[in-house]
Amino acid sequence: MRVVDVREAVTRAHLEEWARVVASLARRFGDLDVAEEAAAEAFATAVERWPADGVPPNPGAWLTTTANRKAIDRIRRENKRDGKQKEAQLLYDDDDPPEPLGAIDDERLRLIFTCCHPALAMQTRVALTLRMVAGLTVPEIARAFLVQETAMEQRITRAKAKIKAARIPYRVPSAEDLPARVSGVLAVLFLVFNEGYLATGPGTDPVRHDLTAEAIRLTRLIRILMPGDGEVAGLLALMLLTEARRTARVSASGELVTLDEQDRGAWDAALIAEGHQLVRERLAARVAPGRYQILAAINAVHTSARDVRDTDWSQVVALYDQLVHLDPSPIVALNRAIAVAELDGPEVALAAVDRLEPRLAGYHAYHATRADLLRRLGRSQKSRSAYDKAIELAGNTAETAALTRRRDQLG
Amino acid sequence: MQYLVSVIFDQADLATPDEEAAIDVFNDRLVAEGHWVFAGGLGAPSTATVIDNRGEEAMFTDGPFLESKEYLAGFWVMEAADLDVALKLAAEGSKACNRKVEVRPFL
Repeated sequence: MRVVDVREAVTRAHLEEWARVVASLARRFGDLDVAEEAAAEAFATAVERWPADGVPPNPGAWLTTTANRKAIDRIRRENKRDGKQKEAQLLYDDDDPPEPLGAIDDERLRLIFTCCHPALAMQTRVALTLRMVAGLTVPEIARAFLVQETAMEQRITRAKAKIKAARIPYRVPSAEDLPARVSGVLAVLFLVFNEGYLATGPGTDPVRHDLTAEAIRLTRLIRILMPGDGEVAGLLALMLLTEARRTARVSASGELVTLDEQDRGAWDAALIAEGHQLVRERLAARVAPGRYQILAAINAVHTSARDVRDTDWSQVVALYDQLVHLDPSPIVALNRAIAVAELDGPEVALAAVDRLEPRLAGYHAYHATRADLLRRLGRSQKSRSAYDKAIELAGNTAETAALTRRRDQLG
Repeated sequence: MQYLVSVIFDQADLATPDEEAAIDVFNDRLVAEGHWVFAGGLGAPSTATVIDNRGEEAMFTDGPFLESKEYLAGFWVMEAADLDVALKLAAEGSKACNRKVEVRPFL
């Protein structure tokens, strides 16, 4: 077998099987640390052995069996070292029949709920989900969030220790707790996506496709596991409709391109079709939509317009009105005002934006929006100082470039 | 699995009669549902004495080991199957005693 093919098989197995292997080990051994380490060892063994032995017919089963052996070895070693001869933890032997597929999917879901437990800090939930469920390495996660590798390693180690010591359960929450817990999981995935879509920091690419792709992959997984949940469908649609515009979003010169200036021909038609399908499905369900479903619907209106001038702004504003009702945050109000500018003109929008000053004075998008509205109203001097403030606060390199150009084009 | 649920407060005030009554109701429930191990309210930090007998002779220091704005006002020791159960109980305990609580597992 060619080396390239084997490498590809390992990569594919990693994408498809990592979470399953970790999840099934976590259930067997009741220990995330053991599960993670044994899974990593099993993949390393695959890299060593598959080129010579060939890729096994069922890579997932091979990896699970190998990882189980590694975990048992580790537990035996630790027991010996501790002078304990208990073999209680070794109740399961490696020739147990493989789990039926449905049960394993359920295990992945348990794993996600454990990693996104509300007793863990948000940053920790994100890191743990990327490590345990998505299979990113610690250095990759550290890079994604611009922290030192050792700090990220510590965060993950502490989290695993807390899960074990405080006995954070490894299960899908009860029906009564499920809505709140699912929304916690979606918040983690949305955060990963947003960090990818508008990456912060001077040293990173402005758009991190690795993170957006990972967030979409995990949301698709949750969608398969919970097909009836409206907000899961909503978040997936929102991500797809946003991701569809990714290539049109940064210009050749590395500037962020706003929605109205994007080359709509460069949008990904397949992702848009899939996103629209999900939005239609949710509309047909006739259940009051949550936040992600409304955001997805707004994005569906935008991606339905072949030209920015064809955008149904009254529909967009109506959807924002619905969203304000659910989420009275000033950021939602700011985005609503941007749509109002198209419907009722920049003067009306500016008045709405100015009312948000006490709460958004430290947010770059507040100043960027004001700068744009002031520019459209011909108030160049005020626009310039708003651009200055926005540039000072913006963290994304492509956004800073776009804001700087607009400022310098002012008369 | 046992958890320590510490009651954290920033004033020397004792529980009001309403709070006392709510705590009693909550405690009865803990007993009835098999979560009760032990609980108690503590005197003000100013009533504490710190003892250090690691050296030649025991040293006594008047006052708490740490001067802080918030302190331990009381606690529950609860039996719970896992953290989800403990957090739910602790949330109800916080409501009953009308104070912040911290949940920590015993080893």
